[in-house]
Amino acid sequence: MPAISFQSVSKTYSSARNQTGPVVRALDDVSFDIQQGEFFGLLGPNGAGKTTLISILAGLSRASSGTVKVHGCDVVTDYADARRKLGVVPQELVFDPFFTVREALRIQSGYFGIKHNDAWIDELLASLGLADKANANMRQLSGGMKRRVLVAQALVHKPPVIVLDEPTAGVDVELRQTLWQFIAKLNRQGSTVLLTTHYLEEAEALCSRIAMLKQGRVVALAPTSELLEAASSNVLRFKIDSELPPQLASQARITGRIVQFPANSAHEIEQYLAAIRQAGLVAKDVEIRKADLEDVFLDVMAEKVVEEPVELNLTGVAI
Amino acid sequence: MTGWQTLFYKEILRFWKVGFQTVGAPVLTAVLYMLIFGHVLQDQVKVYDQVSYTAFLVPGLVMMSVLQNAFANSSSSLIQSKIMGSLVFVLLTPLSHWHWFFAYVGSSIARGLLVGVGVFAVTVFFGQPGFVAPWWIVLFSVLGAAMLGALGVIAGLWSEKFDQMAAFQNFVIMPMTFLSGVFYSIHSLPPFWQKVSHLNPFFYMIDGFRYGFFGVSDVSPWLSLGIVLAALFIVSALAVNMLRTGYKIRH
Repeated sequence: MPAISFQSVSKTYSSARNQTGPVVRALDDVSFDIQQGEFFGLLGPNGAGKTTLISILAGLSRASSGTVKVHGCDVVTDYADARRKLGVVPQELVFDPFFTVREALRIQSGYFGIKHNDAWIDELLASLGLADKANANMRQLSGGMKRRVLVAQALVHKPPVIVLDEPTAGVDVELRQTLWQFIAKLNRQGSTVLLTTHYLEEAEALCSRIAMLKQGRVVALAPTSELLEAASSNVLRFKIDSELPPQLASQARITGRIVQFPANSAHEIEQYLAAIRQAGLVAKDVEIRKADLEDVFLDVMAEKVVEEPVELNLTGVAI
Repeated sequence: MTGWQTLFYKEILRFWKVGFQTVGAPVLTAVLYMLIFGHVLQDQVKVYDQVSYTAFLVPGLVMMSVLQNAFANSSSSLIQSKIMGSLVFVLLTPLSHWHWFFAYVGSSIARGLLVGVGVFAVTVFFGQPGFVAPWWIVLFSVLGAAMLGALGVIAGLWSEKFDQMAAFQNFVIMPMTFLSGVFYSIHSLPPFWQKVSHLNPFFYMIDGFRYGFFGVSDVSPWLSLGIVLAALFIVSALAVNMLRTGYKIRH
C-alpha cells in the first residue's frame, strides 16, 4: 500500500470573488504514488500547484475531482484516519500567541487524543534544539525557533507520513542542518517524507525520488539519480564582468556575474570560450562541473507543457 | 482528554490567560451600567410591582453579559486564529465538525457563565433579586450562552477581517441585546415596539432568565423556553453545517 496516493487530482477555482471570473486550473489530473519509507521531493516554480496539492492532502482544501489517500485512507471520506497518519509542517510561519512551547505541543497531542506525551515532546524538543525554550511563550521566539516548533507540532502524534512544505524558507544554516538530520533519522526509522523546497541542492541531497510540477501538471517523475543522469552531463561555469552578447546570453544561465552553459562535449566548451574571446570579454574562474538538480529543473521548466502529462523518458536525454 | 475536550480546554485556557480583559472588563462594564442606569432611573422607571428597578436590572445585566461574552468567545477565537493562521493547527487534526462545535460552544458557555457569575457577584450589592425558580435561571443562562456561542461560530467563520466582525457585533449583537428588555420591561414600550420586541429571540432569553429570579415575566417562561430552543436549534444547525462544509476555512 502506498504511503500517499494521488489519483487524477484536479483543482479549479474562479479567479474572481463572485465566481464569475475566468477559471484557474491550479492542478490538472495529477497522479502519482509515494511509497512507504520514501523521501520524496515535490518541486516546481511558484504557482505550480505544490502547496495546493499538499493542502488537498492535508484536508485544508478540497480537490475538484480525483482522490487522495494516505495509507489507504481517503482524505475526504476517511479524513480522521488520514489525518492521524499525516504530520504537516505548514509553509506559513504561524503560531498561537497564547501558549508556551510545551503547552502548544501538549495541546496538539491532545487534539489527536494522545495523553501523557511528555516523553516524546521532550525528545522532539531536544532533537530540534528547543529544550531551553520549552517554557517560553511562542511570541518570544525568533522566526527560526517558531519554525522548529512548527516541525515539532507536526510530529507530536508520531505520524508515519511527514509533509514539509518549504520548511527551510528563510531559516539559517544551523536550523537547516538540525532539521535535516532529524528528518533523515525519522526517514531511516521508516517514516515517509514528502518535501517541497526551492533549495534544489537540499532536494538533491535528501530525496530519493522527485516529481516536478509545472502549471498544475506533473512534468517529470523519476528517481533523483536518473533525473541527474538524464540531464546535460556537464556545465561550463565562469565569471564575467561585462554583459554577454545577446546570442550567447539566450543560451546561458546568468546569476549576477556567474555564467553557466550546458556543455556535453569538449568541442562545445571550446566554442563557447571562443565566442567569449571574440566578443572581447574575459572569462574568469572557469570550471566544468557535473550537472545538478538545478540544471535538470531549469531544463524541465523550459519545456512547454504538453497536452498529456509525461513520465520522464529515462532512455533519452529529453524530458 | 479526548480530542474535542482538548480543544475545549484550549479555548478555556485562551480566555483565562487574558482573564483581565475577557472576564474582568465585562464585569466592570456591568458595574458602570448599574451605577449609571440603576441610580439615575431608580425612581423614574416602574417595572413589576414590589420589585425595585435596581433589583430588576441585576438579572438583565447578568444575562446581557452572559450573551455578549459567549458570543465574543467563539467569534474572537475563530477570527483571531483565522487571521493569524493558527487555525491550521486545528484544521490538520482528526476532529470532526461536531467536535469543533461542542468545543467552541462549550467554552463560550463557560466564559458566559463565568462572566455572568462575576457580574452577579458585584451588582447584587445594588439590588437583590430573589431566587424564585433557580432552575429556570440555570436553564436560560446555559441555553442563551449556547445560542450566542453558536452565533459566534457563524460570525467567526463568516468574517474575514476584524472590521466585519466588529460590524456583526455592533449592528446585530448589540442592538438585539439592548432592545431585549435588559433595562426595561417591554410592557413599558408602545404597542408597536412591544410587537417588534417579540420578534427578538434575545428578549425571550432575558425574560425567561428574569422569571427565575422574580417568578414574574412579560411572557410565559414556557413560551420563552420554546422560542429559545427553536432559535438555538436553527443557529446550531447553521453553525454545524458551516463547520461540516469548512465554510471559508477549507477551500
